Amino acid sequence: MVKALHIVVDDCTGCQQCEMACSYKHEGVFNPAKSRIKVFEFKDQGRSVPYTCTQCSDAWCMQACPVDAISVNTQTGAKEVSGDLCVGCKVCTIACPFGTINYNHTSGKVDKCDLCGGEPACVEICPTPALTFIDAETTGMEKMRYWAEKTDQGQTAQT
Amino acid sequence: MKHVIVGAGPAGVTAAETLRKADPDGEVTLVGGEADPPYGRMAIPYFLIGNIADSGTFLRKSDDPYDGQGIRYVQGIAEDLAADDGKLTLADGQQLDFDKLLISTGSHPIKPPIDGLDLPAVHHCWTLQDARDICGLIGEGKDVVLMGAGFIGCIIMEALALSGSNLTVIEAQDRMVPRMMNKTAGDMIANWCRSKGVNVMTSAKVTGVAEDGGKLSITVDNGETLPADLLVVATGVRSNMDFASGSGIDMDIGIKVDDHLQSSINSIYAAGDVAQGPDFSTGGWDVHAVQPTSVDHGRIAALNMAGHDVTYQGSLNMNVLDTVGLISCSFGLWQGVEGGDSSEKVDTANSRYTLLNFDGDLLVGAVTLGRTDHIGVLRGLIQSRIRLRGWKDKLMEDPNLFVEAYVDLTRT
Ligand SMILES: Cc1cc2nc3c(=O)[nH]c(=O)nc-3n(C[C@H](O)[C@H](O)[C@H](O)COP(=O)(O)OP(=O)(O)OC[C@H]3O[C@@H](n4cnc5c(N)ncnc54)[C@H](O)[C@@H]3O)c2cc1C
Ligand code: SF4
Repeated sequence: MVKALHIVVDDCTGCQQCEMACSYKHEGVFNPAKSRIKVFEFKDQGRSVPYTCTQCSDAWCMQACPVDAISVNTQTGAKEVSGDLCVGCKVCTIACPFGTINYNHTSGKVDKCDLCGGEPACVEICPTPALTFIDAETTGMEKMRYWAEKTDQGQTAQT
Repeated sequence: MKHVIVGAGPAGVTAAETLRKADPDGEVTLVGGEADPPYGRMAIPYFLIGNIADSGTFLRKSDDPYDGQGIRYVQGIAEDLAADDGKLTLADGQQLDFDKLLISTGSHPIKPPIDGLDLPAVHHCWTLQDARDICGLIGEGKDVVLMGAGFIGCIIMEALALSGSNLTVIEAQDRMVPRMMNKTAGDMIANWCRSKGVNVMTSAKVTGVAEDGGKLSITVDNGETLPADLLVVATGVRSNMDFASGSGIDMDIGIKVDDHLQSSINSIYAAGDVAQGPDFSTGGWDVHAVQPTSVDHGRIAALNMAGHDVTYQGSLNMNVLDTVGLISCSFGLWQGVEGGDSSEKVDTANSRYTLLNFDGDLLVGAVTLGRTDHIGVLRGLIQSRIRLRGWKDKLMEDPNLFVEAYVDLTRT
């Protein structure tokens, strides 16, 4: 069963531990700036919004890559970047309409959420139900699909 | 159903793979015109500076990605197209029959009419072979001149500069990347490049090239004469459609296609740099010669060839560019629209710049310099036609908040 990272915005307290855990897992340092999940703070609304790649099925990043550097991990369904194959052209970073694949100035390549191979560090650390890793079918991904469809390049005629 | 795809760049390869899945019983033949396996031109700069081997540019990395996947790969150059008979003739005389044909032959660089551009040390940087030819002519101590600082010119510039060559860039227009950047941003890029040791000349034209004592001698209309070991010409491209000229297919600056990527001839589709297709922003028809457009075209053309009915929303013109470490992006109608608002923030000291252009409370275009974080949301905001509502005023005050705007508006 493919699992998905499920984000419940209302449950997020803005503690940013997910950013720390992600940065440590991937970069070996506690630096929110290096995290692949980012918590946006909307102070005027008292709202914190954790934000990362939804592993969308359109995979604009993967389609746009000229050198086959992004592929689907068949176990987790995550779209993963191969550091060996990525040349750092950045075209995926503008092709992704969610802005969830980002250029890393240190490595000269791009980073995105890879679901930590199936055990997301952000979910492990999250002290509230804001981040969970659950059956993909029940995550209520409708909202993400909605925005994906609105950006979609091709629309199939309604039958 | 016999599908033939002529041209094996990103558009052609994406189409072949899509067709293979969408029409499992059909025959899929992919015609590649170059000696190398299908590769991404975009990866050429990284080959040029030695970051990757030539195989690193290949579009697909798996073993046997074409014949092994049920895609018949034929190497050859299409020379003639008989649309009524459904026949494509290759230069070696081979004839391919098709029920549906996709033209995805891309474009080729053009040389302006200037004396001396046929000299041996004058090159384009368009194919993998061009890159191999150039490799030996660049490096420490070499004098290199680049003619044209458009998008492709600037991408090549990065590689030429990193090679350690003494580099001069000559651009006829008044700024760098004139079709992607306004004067403010273009000038900031030029200043950045100068600070990194690149000699940038704008509003300057090469008037002649001659050979002088084993070196090129390049005359510029600003009175300068430059010695060079290599002149790279990057002054624009033109669609590869000559082979189809006798077929009666409608063409203008590219092969004209409708919102299904279908040409004026029912059995023939076109995709990528060769196709003049719908423009998301203007509602008109244009050639957006960029990688994301070529793969979108390839995928949608293939689905329609397989009998689906998929309408293309049009391509969004977008570019990301790295000029010796300064990263810039442009999206959509970055010049703005009549009566639309514009929000701009210039930070010269840090070489940062953001420009947003609106039509009412819709974002329609953007330019950024010096930032890369979550940059793709600019595509999302523009192409999903997200009403900015209260965020419009905030963005008018500080255009750098576009990521916050996107997240707030789409995540509730
Ligand atoms: C150096 C360089 C850097 C670039 N960088 C970027 C970038 O950073 N971002 C970006 O978005 N775009 C970039 N581009 C542009 C991008 O590569 C093109 O938009 C893209 O390759 C277009 O894909 P395509 O499949 O339409 O055409 P192509 O990739 O040109 O493929 C067409 C193929 O058809 C073949 N062909 C032509 N005529 C015939 C014929 N008669 N018979 C058989 N085959 C034929 C050609 O040889 C070619 O192999 C770059 C281009 C270059 C040259
Ligand atoms: S930056 Fe890397 S992963 Fe992204 S498109 Fe370029 S090569 Fe592919």
